[in-house]
Amino acid sequence: MIRKLAHTALCAFVIASFTLAATQVYAANDRFKKVLDRGKLVVGVKADYKPWAFRDSNGKLVGMEIDMAQDVADALGVSLELIPVQSSNRMQFLQQGKIDLMIATMSDKANRRKVVGVPQPNYYTSGTNVLAKKGMVKKWTDLKGKPVCGKQGAFYNKVVGKKYGAKIIAFIGNAEAKQALRDGKCIAWVYDDSSIMAELASGQFDDYEMPMMTEDDTPWALAVPLDELDGIWGNFMSGMTYNWHSSGRLVELEKKWGIQQSQFVVDMNKRFAPYTPN
Amino acid sequence: MELFADFFRELYDNTGWNFVFLYEQYEYDRMLEGIWTSFKLIAACLIFSLVVGFIGAWAQGAKSKIVRYVIAGYIQFFRNTPPFVQILFFYFVLGNLVPTYDAGGYQVGYIDSFGWAVISLGFFAGAFNTEIFRSGIEAVPESTREAAEALGYTRLMAYIHVIFPLAFRVCLPALNNNLVNLLKTTTLAYGIAVPEMMYTANQIWSDNVNVPEMMIVLFFFYVGLVAVLVYGMHKWEKNMKIPGYG
Repeated sequence: MIRKLAHTALCAFVIASFTLAATQVYAANDRFKKVLDRGKLVVGVKADYKPWAFRDSNGKLVGMEIDMAQDVADALGVSLELIPVQSSNRMQFLQQGKIDLMIATMSDKANRRKVVGVPQPNYYTSGTNVLAKKGMVKKWTDLKGKPVCGKQGAFYNKVVGKKYGAKIIAFIGNAEAKQALRDGKCIAWVYDDSSIMAELASGQFDDYEMPMMTEDDTPWALAVPLDELDGIWGNFMSGMTYNWHSSGRLVELEKKWGIQQSQFVVDMNKRFAPYTPN
Repeated sequence: MELFADFFRELYDNTGWNFVFLYEQYEYDRMLEGIWTSFKLIAACLIFSLVVGFIGAWAQGAKSKIVRYVIAGYIQFFRNTPPFVQILFFYFVLGNLVPTYDAGGYQVGYIDSFGWAVISLGFFAGAFNTEIFRSGIEAVPESTREAAEALGYTRLMAYIHVIFPLAFRVCLPALNNNLVNLLKTTTLAYGIAVPEMMYTANQIWSDNVNVPEMMIVLFFFYVGLVAVLVYGMHKWEKNMKIPGYG
């Protein structure tokens, strides 16, 4: 019996170490070459975050971040493969080498930078706000002790839960969270302001409003594997982002996807405006 | 306690192993609530499923054709649909049919997400329990039944005092399996935001980027719980043993 147990444990250990070894085959700084060799760029994107990344009526992934991913693939001259990821697992996809690049509406946080590589500059910002029935809540402190719906994996939950004492009810996806709001199971739905604006513009929430002042305006980060950050791949993505700002591509994409113009993108466009020698 | 917290804070700083709930009050409170909710959820589901199984197995042998058809339909429905789909269905579809009261801007149902999790998981496991109890009942010899009848027992009384106690002993191993399964299935309640262990771990690892650590905690939590349940059931099995029977 004991021998059998020991045998099983040993087998499990060997298998585990093989899996570990398999994920570490690629040395640092060869991601760029790997992408070129395979002729395909694998990008982790959201699939439920209209209008940044969502499925159109044909089931195809589209949106502002999808266009950005396509820009990267075009610049490399390779084809593009999109892998849908979720807030709660997107960093693991990158860590485990399942994707080369992550553009998935991720807010840039200090503890996240310990796990994934964030090339500078950031490409977007947004802050925390809520969607609520008109006239229901006026200020953040109104949420104290009240049920507020959210999505699992979003850091807004902790902000509102910890700072304002709201009772966060976090669902697997936004579809469920919004349905719970419609059913009146919570007083508000907490998410980021840009997304809420998009919901309001969609016409599905006519009796609702975004009543608060946006809190914690936070930059968004695209991410590369942590050990690639200072290598070719990280530097390449920094260059891509610089050019997106400089050329006004992001302003253009916002317009294309009907996103309310954000001050950050306009400011960055001015800041990185190309210098023309005379 | 301070020392304990400091140890884990240092562990994080030095090794990157982040057991955040052991040194941050907010996460600690969340974790405790998660554990407590899991206990309540598991206990409620186990008891409810056993009650459902007990009644269901009895009703399966009812004289009325209608009752038997209803039970057969119930078993088919709950055995043939995934438990996760059932939970979502109960919460989002049936949940809207239950009367609610206004609690100042939001509606509170008389059955909350915890209640729906217990109902759906209880009925789900109850369907299996019904069949498990049936297997036990069918193993009770016909002569025993007749003997009870000859002593003047009604059908219900014979079921409670004679048939079921014997049947229960026969089907305990199968029941064990199903209850262990049910214990693990309660994690699905995170889908409707019941703040049990799985949900809490998910919240914590989302906020603190410590997925491997929380996964380890989750594993040990459930391994421990199942071990306790199985130990208890085995003890019970032993205590109920009738010499010469089964």
